[in-house]
Amino acid sequence: MGMDRRNFLKAAAGGTLAATCAAPVEAREKREMPQGAVGLLFDGTLCIGCRACMSACKAENDLAPEFNEIEGSTYWDAPLDISGHTINIIKAYVGGDSDEKDTLDGYAFTKLSCFHCVDASCVSCCPVGAMTKDSVSGIVSHSKDACIGCRYCVAACPFGVPRFTYDQTFPYIAKCQLCKHRMAEGKYAACAEVCPTGATLYGPVKELKKEIARRKALTPGTETEFPRGHIGSSDTFVGPVAKYIDHVWGEKEIGGTQVLHLSAVPFDKLDKKPLPDVAPANVSESLQGRIYHGMIAPIAFLGALVLVAKRSAKALGEAGEPDHTQAGDRKGE
Amino acid sequence: MHAQIQEQHSIDFDAIEDRLGMSRRDFLKFCTVTASTLGLSAGAEAAIAKAIESAKRPSVIWLHFQECTGCTESLLRANHPTLERLILDIISLDYHETLFAAAGHQAEAARHQAMKDNKGKYLLVVEGAIPVKDNGIYCKIGGQTAVDMLKECAADAAAVVAIGSCASWGGVPSTKPNPTGSEGAGEVLGKTVVNLPGCPPNPYNLISTVVHYLTFNDLPALDTKGRPKFAYGRLIHENCERRGHFDAGRFAKEFGDEGHRKGWCLYKLGCKGPETHANCPAVLFGDVSNASWPVGTGHPCIGCTEEGIVFTKPIHALAELKTVTPPVFFARPAEERGTGVTFAAAAALAAIAGAAAGGTAMLARNLGKKAPEPGQDAARPAEKKGG
Repeated sequence: MGMDRRNFLKAAAGGTLAATCAAPVEAREKREMPQGAVGLLFDGTLCIGCRACMSACKAENDLAPEFNEIEGSTYWDAPLDISGHTINIIKAYVGGDSDEKDTLDGYAFTKLSCFHCVDASCVSCCPVGAMTKDSVSGIVSHSKDACIGCRYCVAACPFGVPRFTYDQTFPYIAKCQLCKHRMAEGKYAACAEVCPTGATLYGPVKELKKEIARRKALTPGTETEFPRGHIGSSDTFVGPVAKYIDHVWGEKEIGGTQVLHLSAVPFDKLDKKPLPDVAPANVSESLQGRIYHGMIAPIAFLGALVLVAKRSAKALGEAGEPDHTQAGDRKGE
Repeated sequence: MHAQIQEQHSIDFDAIEDRLGMSRRDFLKFCTVTASTLGLSAGAEAAIAKAIESAKRPSVIWLHFQECTGCTESLLRANHPTLERLILDIISLDYHETLFAAAGHQAEAARHQAMKDNKGKYLLVVEGAIPVKDNGIYCKIGGQTAVDMLKECAADAAAVVAIGSCASWGGVPSTKPNPTGSEGAGEVLGKTVVNLPGCPPNPYNLISTVVHYLTFNDLPALDTKGRPKFAYGRLIHENCERRGHFDAGRFAKEFGDEGHRKGWCLYKLGCKGPETHANCPAVLFGDVSNASWPVGTGHPCIGCTEEGIVFTKPIHALAELKTVTPPVFFARPAEERGTGVTFAAAAALAAIAGAAAGGTAMLARNLGKKAPEPGQDAARPAEKKGG
């Protein structure tokens, strides 16, 4: 016989109490956008689907083409999704007769690349600190050298952004780092720089949000001046204002992101499913903060386990072979 | 191939040389070029040669309404063969206000004579828009309004060809506020006409249409806007020599900048190639050099063949891309993946797994029986009893 029912329940109750109440820690505070946060504004209504951003991205980040078979031809770089070799992609929603742009019966474009979350799950879950968020620019980037290839970030990202190069002998994680390497040369994100319609626009997130407010306040159908490349650019053009839906993707999703999307079709059509306003990283870190706070609960739990183990050992006696004893006991019965 | 050659041999080249003033070689070259512009199959050049060789020249009546004569001017500058030879010798141009030697009542009499002699057989070419406001008084020739003249000439024509954007859909004269109520020939006549829009249109598209009619006694295949598919079936963007720069995101930002001097894409300067249907990049324009078309010379396309683009959209305004409708090789927002496990599949799998587990358990049990330990074998019944 092990420990009796009463003792077992006592120990279990004690352990649970320790785990839940011993550390009355508040939920971790909500992360705020860094002051100098930079990001992108993708306005799907301006995108013409030229995919210049995709080729510029591959050229600037030294990424290999992906020769998928498209209409019987395998000569073109035709990725079907972001991957270890494609960190930025333009995708098309097609519905109905797909005749008119930015309607449910027509077609619409969307972009998928890293959203540079304010409270990034990939940074939170990385066990070795290879994934980091810059405290000034807010750019989420990673160090190939520090990465151990655990792929926790791949599983954690709500947007499915970090990808692993399974086809490489020495695989690594690939994701958009907002052309961090170009910033040292005084340049900015290549995708925004080449975009001929300013559909992808680079700039400080604060300024991007002002631009979003300006566009949403305009009357659909009227004409306005759109900047190309980056906020405040002298390269502008005049074009019609689209009928935006009342949702800015990335404004609230999982605590906010530094890449914001405007669209004229609902985001769930663009495979941007509803996400909570609270960052998953905040939830998990709060929970872990409670459990491991001061190591009180784990120590209490370990203590309870030791207690149980000791009592069991005592009940079995000093003999090393409990099975035989038991068999003998039974035989005796 | 032999049949073609024999057919060519049966053509009287001496007669053609006399009539057109072109050598056998030049003549066959012209036929081949026309056949390829039309997108006809191999061997068609022989049929074209045969048709042109025939002495019976079709009568053509050419009307001028609200226009600048740019269409005629561009036509006169074609040089394989020189177009006036084609106009004057291959076809019988019985009425053309710019090229006519006659004038006044003499000219009008010639038109009426040609219409009478070739009733139901002549080709009517219309150049310029037709004003319909106030009973069409804004354009008169010999005291007759353009509307009346067009209707009179079209009544007995074998086919009507509208040359230039004005005749096709109104062009410049129909631009807002359209004070004279200008319309295209097709709209005024209320029937399908062959539209060859352009400002001016490519002369070879007219030659090819006329030669197609001569050869097959039928008009070429037309699109929904009445434009021959051989010439207007594709967007300029699709065959543009600068397309590679567009795809790579290399754009000229202003005239004379680095990108412009390097021959990069002119989209940002307002090039309308992505929304304009025409064969300019393929057949070029003006026979000057191998870059002799607007985009080749460094100026963005203004969409002169497309209704609603030229004279409507500012030249610097960005074009709307037409190649992406519907987007064929774009990845979908969520690419199709295998669906999750269905209940039936899960149940079937569970049944198989259960059977396998059961079988393994039984095997293990039997294995135990075949190689029993004396003590344990004896113990089993005891265990059961104990349970």
